[in-house]
Amino acid sequence: MGEALTLFEKIWRSHIVLEEQGEALVRVDLALIHEGSAHAFRVLDAAGRGVARPRQVYAFADHYVPSSGRARGVAGIPDAGFREMVLGLERNSARFGIQLFGYEDERQGILHVVPPELGMTQPGLIIVGQDSHSCTHGALGAWALGAGASEMTHVLATQTAWLRKPKTMRVTVEGGLPPGVTAKDLILALIAKIGAGGADGYVVEYAGPAIAAMTVEARMTVCNMSVEAGARSGLIAPDEKTFAYLEGKPYAPRGAAWREALAHWRTLRSDGAARFDREERIEAGELAPMVTWGTSPEHAAPICGVVPDPGSAPDPVKREEMAAALDYMGLAPGTPLAGIRVDRVFIGSCTNGRIEDLRAAAEVARRGRAVVPSWVVPGSMSVKRQAEREGLAEVFLKAGFEWRDPGCSMCSSYNGDEMRPGERSASTTNRNFRGRQGPGARTHLVSPAMAAAAALTGRLTDVREFMR
Amino acid sequence: MEKFTTLTAIAVPLEGANIDTNQLCPSRFSKTPRGPEYARILLHDARFNPDGSTKGHVLDREPYRGARILVADRNFGCGSSREGAVYGLCEFGIRCVIAPSFGEIFLNNCYKNGLLPVVLPAEACAQIRRQIAERPGAELAVDLPAQVVTDALGRAHRFEINPVRKRCLLEGLDDIARTESYGAEIAAFETRDRAARPWLWFYL
Repeated sequence: MGEALTLFEKIWRSHIVLEEQGEALVRVDLALIHEGSAHAFRVLDAAGRGVARPRQVYAFADHYVPSSGRARGVAGIPDAGFREMVLGLERNSARFGIQLFGYEDERQGILHVVPPELGMTQPGLIIVGQDSHSCTHGALGAWALGAGASEMTHVLATQTAWLRKPKTMRVTVEGGLPPGVTAKDLILALIAKIGAGGADGYVVEYAGPAIAAMTVEARMTVCNMSVEAGARSGLIAPDEKTFAYLEGKPYAPRGAAWREALAHWRTLRSDGAARFDREERIEAGELAPMVTWGTSPEHAAPICGVVPDPGSAPDPVKREEMAAALDYMGLAPGTPLAGIRVDRVFIGSCTNGRIEDLRAAAEVARRGRAVVPSWVVPGSMSVKRQAEREGLAEVFLKAGFEWRDPGCSMCSSYNGDEMRPGERSASTTNRNFRGRQGPGARTHLVSPAMAAAAALTGRLTDVREFMR
Repeated sequence: MEKFTTLTAIAVPLEGANIDTNQLCPSRFSKTPRGPEYARILLHDARFNPDGSTKGHVLDREPYRGARILVADRNFGCGSSREGAVYGLCEFGIRCVIAPSFGEIFLNNCYKNGLLPVVLPAEACAQIRRQIAERPGAELAVDLPAQVVTDALGRAHRFEINPVRKRCLLEGLDDIARTESYGAEIAAFETRDRAARPWLWFYL
């Protein structure tokens, strides 16, 4: 009998080229880049180096693309600075023979939405993306992590990375999620429990009945926000749902190769006797729809709760931090969360911009009319077309939502889609950081259905009221 | 990469947990190529009003404007992988950040840019922040070979660092050159991997 290993350890071991004083040189299967990778290409050029394995690098126009008015293509991007970022990615991709999913490509979309759609994200792969939400890909049993420009330069130049082995944490989610409670609520509840730095230095494996019951897309939402708990990566063992999701996708193996891959993928799960450095447990049945009240994803509470009182914090440091967050958010302690007025609603992003997210939002949107400006930004062109085929776009438009074009848009506001100072949003994104959606903008993170409910009422609203 | 050995310099205290890379480098500045502008981009929205006038942030007050060491709170640099957060610190003149914990991607970005991240216990960080707030202009001494920070009261705080990261900082080593010296090992790995996972499209 072999040594009992976790899923992560199996992937880690199978990718080590060599080890040196606490670091391993690890072979990277896929590198994902975007317009912001301009920094990495500048470093590469300055060092006079090329791209080692261009067939294992994919480029996505997502961060700087406009979310409307794309009829005229790249030339029609009004802001010269943003246009130059999109063009720069085109030039660098062409120069090094990297496949680009560009602004005018019918498969264009967010770098964490498109690769799973195309079947590139496969179990057992090591994926390094130049974006912190690269952990999303872990939902299919890959080990996926974000990197900065310099680390990406190294990956591009060598198709390897020097990494320290992370500690392992298993989060077991028992029971089942109640009606109206989603993957987004689960991950927000976990971050509130362990803190925004709670998983610093760990790779998190999500397991248990509630994870097994989730669709692959819902699992992506969970893994996506691992980084908001401090973990550079999160993953889930692939199962029959994962295999069914991948089968027939353009980059997935076929025929005999599929069967061979499947046999390997079935070994990619933590052994029964495998030990984790840390174990956390969550009862799914006890969860409610969540909403953030502050400026860190750890500032999250059930929608039925109130804005917490900094005075009740255990120590003066935490007290000051909470008070500063409430000051930024313009909220008073004790205010019920349900009922807080919002100025805008944003539905989209690599966290919640997939087809199931739009279905959940549309299910609520069809019950009323948006009373505040509300945007729906699909995660990819493929999601957009699918939503149009299913009639979801029509639902949103009838309900007064804006139906826009794919990209990161107001999640990160790189492309200029931002709120005015003091404006407050209900947003399906991943970060309620100060200024994330524009200088002075106030963000409340919620699930897609909760965001749609807020659009219809103009307030943070318990979506379960719409389900009665 | 600039080498780091020892540094005795003014230190600036930065209060607040979870100071994320969006605050360190707001998104709208991220497309700026690396250069001296990043000194002003660092913590821009906390330091400057919309009209460009200063808010009197601690980084813009004397004598902290000349600080080369920054002492922060837990989970410093969490969030986005944007390396602009590190460019800003470097261009401002900071060579060492001391905090109880760091965002992991930010931590790696520091190492790759010759910026030394030092992890000390939360209590020690809080004490040092208090010292340098009460004695503006007080210097800290950072000794990387000995792995010791000496605070403003002369107390020594030992810190841990991975030996490879330490060597790279001490010698200003470029990781890529180091990796290329293992070209044969990488090629051998690839040959084995092609045989083990022939179904991967990029091997076809």
